[in-house]
Amino acid sequence: MTTLQLENLRKQFAPDVIPVKDISLSVEDGEFLTLLGPSGCGKSTLLRLIAGLEQPTAGAVKIGGNVLNDIAPGDRNMAMVFQSYALYPHMNVSENISTSLRLKNVPQEEIKRRIANVSEKLGLGHLLNRKPSALSGGQRQRVALARALVRDPEVFLLDEPLSNLDALLREQVRQELKELFKSQNKPVVYVTHDQTEAMTLSSKVAVLLDGIIQQLDPPRRIYTHPANKFVAGFVGSPQMNLLTLNCNQNKAILGDYGFPLPQKGQSAKMIDMGLRPEDIHIATPEDELTVEGHVFLEENFGREVLLSVKVKGSDQTLRALIPPDDEWDNENIKLGWSHRQMHWFDAQSGERIEAADSPVLAS
Amino acid sequence: MAVAQQPQEQQTQSKIPTKRIILWLGVISLLVFCLAPALWQLLTSFKTNDAIATIPTIYFPNLSELTFNHYITLGWNFLRYVFNSALVSVISTVICLGVGAPAAYTLARLNIPGKQIILSCVLVVSLFPYVLLFLGLLELVKYFGLGNNYISLIIPYTAINLPLTILVLRSFFLQLPKDLEDSAKIDGYRTVPMLLQIVLPLTLPALVTTGMLAFIFAWNEFIFALTFITKDEMLTIPVKVAQIGGASVYEIPYGPIAAATVLGTIPLILLVLFFQRRIVQGITAGAVKG
Repeated sequence: MTTLQLENLRKQFAPDVIPVKDISLSVEDGEFLTLLGPSGCGKSTLLRLIAGLEQPTAGAVKIGGNVLNDIAPGDRNMAMVFQSYALYPHMNVSENISTSLRLKNVPQEEIKRRIANVSEKLGLGHLLNRKPSALSGGQRQRVALARALVRDPEVFLLDEPLSNLDALLREQVRQELKELFKSQNKPVVYVTHDQTEAMTLSSKVAVLLDGIIQQLDPPRRIYTHPANKFVAGFVGSPQMNLLTLNCNQNKAILGDYGFPLPQKGQSAKMIDMGLRPEDIHIATPEDELTVEGHVFLEENFGREVLLSVKVKGSDQTLRALIPPDDEWDNENIKLGWSHRQMHWFDAQSGERIEAADSPVLAS
Repeated sequence: MAVAQQPQEQQTQSKIPTKRIILWLGVISLLVFCLAPALWQLLTSFKTNDAIATIPTIYFPNLSELTFNHYITLGWNFLRYVFNSALVSVISTVICLGVGAPAAYTLARLNIPGKQIILSCVLVVSLFPYVLLFLGLLELVKYFGLGNNYISLIIPYTAINLPLTILVLRSFFLQLPKDLEDSAKIDGYRTVPMLLQIVLPLTLPALVTTGMLAFIFAWNEFIFALTFITKDEMLTIPVKVAQIGGASVYEIPYGPIAAATVLGTIPLILLVLFFQRRIVQGITAGAVKG
């Protein structure tokens, strides 16, 4: 049983360049942790800190309780897959795969067995004598994966391994990755800026911004209970509607409409309201919350239509995902949603405000 | 349709030959322009003295006007000078690469304070016309008593070639993907084996190219070789060729000079042909997604 632990990890390059500020987390056997964030959020640096390619300024990386800070990357028994694959161009596929084993003086027989094993699993059997330059992008990606798997490491680190594949192949490899790592039952740390990968692959997602974890939760909860405005806006596509509204007594005001605030007796003057486009529908008589407005932009995705609606009495925009079969009047459309689907955030700090009547799940 | 297509076909048919003719005319005139002096020397080295002196010039000599005598007069002694040149050039090239490559790697990869200053110093040094340094060097050679010693040539050749070597290799290292080295570290390579087994094989094309430039410079260098070496058995080829003289001041032995030039060039040509295969661009292809 291995646990990868990070304790108060910090990396400072210059007084004002601090890609990783203070990060603590742990990944257990069989857990798939995704580090998700926009470029420059420190996710790649964090991965390099775990791998030992960078030395932390403060804090510790531990496996099973042992501090690894002073141990060279090659001795950490971690395997890493690079975004660029980083295959050795002057070695053929089987040499590429077996390098780490040869360096560890694993007996020849064992190396042969393991190469055969892993190349069969990834369908590389007929490519073993080729040089990387003679492989397609997808094949190179598999070789990079094979190189990691063959080591039987304690921890897997993956740095945007899918971002160089074309869209169709990416979807296919994503599924394979999920199955592959499920069978490995080892801690996996996966870096990506692609929320689809993060949501589909991981058992846990850490959303990063400015070197700090914004939220560390299972993907489902990241989606349903974003911890702050950044996470709410970053996860989900099309992006969540985030509107800054004025408050009047117990109501948040949007044009001609008022919505009850999440908590009674709130004194703030402004509040941020979040509402996912997919949670909005054409209003039915049962809807408790509705607004009217006119459609000024229509984008057809095939499965649904994204409408951009100017709300009556205001110049704020709501975007709604509507099934194309629904009928609506572009000049005067009535949209509805329910209380539970609304997210509220503090206008100053951006932190989530739990609605008083909604059930608070333990995080 | 067929009627409409016909003139088009005719046009394309007549277009291709003109294009080709122009292309080949260009190729041939460029070749003649570049190679004429060398071919001229080659021709002269095989012509008899009479044929050389004849006016109008004989461009296509017949058998009676051809001879190997010029080569024979050079004798086996000439190999001695080829050896001198080879020794000096090879050693200075090897030192140049041996010192330059690690320096270039360091300047490309490590964060050293004052890196920019070091780089601009290297650049400034390479801007000096080396003839300017010549008098100072002569004083140094005299002071250290290095005259008539191969070292007096090896050191300046190495020093003159180093800036270019460092700059070229550095820019090569900069475009070498860093992921490869990280990957090697994770695979368990220590720093030195990583450099030798991963970085070096990928650097070979750049090493060969810069090494060749350094070698050619050292092989052809004249002023230093003329000044620092006076002993006949230690002369390098360019100096020796210049010293070939006739029986009297008024006789210029064109034939032997041409033969010596040809012999002195052959090793260079062989070298370039041999290493040409090594200078294969795109050896890094496939390492990372291009």
